[in-house]
Amino acid sequence: MATRSEAQAWQSARLALRLGRRSIVFTALLIAVCGMFCLALAVGSVSVPLEDVLRALLGQATSRPAYATIVTQFRMPRALTALLAGAALAVGGVQMQTLFCNPLTDPFVLGVSAGASLGVALVVLAVGTTGASILAGIGLLGDFSMAAAASLGAAVMLLIVLSFAQRTQSILTLLIVGLMLGYAVSALVSLLLYFSIPERIQAYINWTFGSFGGVTWRQLPILALLIGVGLALSLALVKPLNALLLGEAYAQSMGINLRRARLGIILSTALLAGAVTAFCGPIGFLGIAVPHLSRILLRTADHCALLPTAMLLGALVAMLADLIAQVPGRQIILPLNAITALIGAPVVALIVMRQRSLRDAFSA
Amino acid sequence: MSQIVLTAERLSVGYWAGRGAPAVVLRDLNLTLHSGALVCLIGQNGAGKSTLMRTLAAVQRPLAGTVRIGGEDVHQLPIKRRARLISIVLTERAQTGLLSAREVTALGRLPHTDWTGRLSEADRAIVDWALQAVGAQVLAARPISELSDGERQKVMIARALAQETPLIFLDEPTAFLDLPCRVEIMALLRRLAHCTGRAILLSTHDLELALRSADRIWLLDGDGALQAGAPEDLVLSGAFARAFASESAAFDASSGTFKLCTEVRGALAVQGEGLRALWTRRALERAGFVVRQQMPAPFCVQVTQDGWQWRATHYSSLEALVEALLNANADPA
Repeated sequence: MATRSEAQAWQSARLALRLGRRSIVFTALLIAVCGMFCLALAVGSVSVPLEDVLRALLGQATSRPAYATIVTQFRMPRALTALLAGAALAVGGVQMQTLFCNPLTDPFVLGVSAGASLGVALVVLAVGTTGASILAGIGLLGDFSMAAAASLGAAVMLLIVLSFAQRTQSILTLLIVGLMLGYAVSALVSLLLYFSIPERIQAYINWTFGSFGGVTWRQLPILALLIGVGLALSLALVKPLNALLLGEAYAQSMGINLRRARLGIILSTALLAGAVTAFCGPIGFLGIAVPHLSRILLRTADHCALLPTAMLLGALVAMLADLIAQVPGRQIILPLNAITALIGAPVVALIVMRQRSLRDAFSA
Repeated sequence: MSQIVLTAERLSVGYWAGRGAPAVVLRDLNLTLHSGALVCLIGQNGAGKSTLMRTLAAVQRPLAGTVRIGGEDVHQLPIKRRARLISIVLTERAQTGLLSAREVTALGRLPHTDWTGRLSEADRAIVDWALQAVGAQVLAARPISELSDGERQKVMIARALAQETPLIFLDEPTAFLDLPCRVEIMALLRRLAHCTGRAILLSTHDLELALRSADRIWLLDGDGALQAGAPEDLVLSGAFARAFASESAAFDASSGTFKLCTEVRGALAVQGEGLRALWTRRALERAGFVVRQQMPAPFCVQVTQDGWQWRATHYSSLEALVEALLNANADPA
């Protein structure tokens, strides 16, 4: 009898810890994101005192007029972009890893970023060879041209993948088709690069480095809307996502319409990844790493907790990476993708090697 | 009194292979499943166990005929309605990392919750009850990945219970388990069927266990027919032996077990009583001897107090006895 009640006490203690863990993780991340946001506004090539950051945010006069401009015109959109993009990529990663039951998938696994890069490559690399009229058209589009081309490329890729998703039964087939499409499209980009001139190749490569700094106040609402819709769709899919943790057969037996769930998850991920790629370039690493870090923090794969946590952690990591890429106090800016991978990869490798959770999460 | 939960009429199951005629695995089945009964579906590999289960569970469409639950055609029902009628447990380990046993069980409530999947007090109570019913309440907070295969299968059964369906289908639920676990799971399923009134259908290769625990057996003979009945009726009619006849093993109706068909080496008799005599017979049979009631003295093995006696020699173990018998058999001189 003693062992029974002991076991029950032990069990309820663990349950309390688990519920507590969720709220602790969530609160801590919320505070960290707010702190990091303020830091992102304060730190850069020029340091702005926190006092002035707050004043600029409230619309009051700052100690130097330039501070207000720096904070509101340059750093605010940049920080907001990082926040949105980080949340988007993390949630996209969670969705793909759950859909494919595979820890190595990221939001770009369905070829969305490859499609976007083809769009950008066509605009940047091919315009020179096809005449001035297109160039004039690009000029009309202004700063939207890159984003528009990338969005179009991502959307076309999405339509192709969705039509495959409708036809194929096996989710693994879809994964392989997505990967192959990605390779094929990358090959087209390589061909375009091969026949292009160095200046344009440089412009294209700059885009592939990724940056949160290219989004203006004018573009920000569009990015926010796309990501907002993607995130809302993802939260609406919590139930099918949780059911899919047991595999497709179990999910179906619990009343989940697999076809509809797949479409929803793919659509949401493509929106999130496509929007980020269009406005910020192909940002690697976040989408594969943040979901794992979130699971390790939470110690559960329950999407009710996992999705909000991934959003916050993604936003935090994206802002941190951007902060480091700007090398505070210096005039140089490092490529964002190099920072996310250079700092993030060893950290994640270390954490994952110490944790059994990753193996547990995807033990077949 | 038990009621009919599921009826299959003139059901043919199989596959459409390409454009040609369908490959019929089983044809013209008329079946019923009753509430509160444990039914074991047995048959050799390739006899169509999985195909039949998948068709009954509406994962796959029938080639002909209907499957009805409470008058409704299962294959016409919306998937959400079906999820309130049939729950399943599969052979393979579900890929359920980082979920606790309770969280996995709670997933069974999905067909009963709104779009957020939030559990009500009543839902929680049902999850607790389901864990208790399979004896897994002490496992509730443990991550599913830390559990043994047997414990994991119990949790999957709890999940099916929490789904509150009148029917539970289990596809070879004991396939990866060791013998004590298999016995425990079968006993559990039998108890659950009788106590909760659910109709439980499971496929298994474990014939001896099925014979001992099933209320009814559905026996696939491998030629597209299915015989249903109480286990003992099927044994007595010889259907069991026919369905599992093979070159290397034969079903022995007197013991309810399978015997290896070995080359017959000769006939012997065993003199003695009780457990030691029983296992002596088994040892001799395993070595390929036919055990008769009466034989001339040189072909008699005597079970003594402290060993075995054969042709005036004493043996202290069956291993030594069998070795001597085989040597004598190979060299008649």
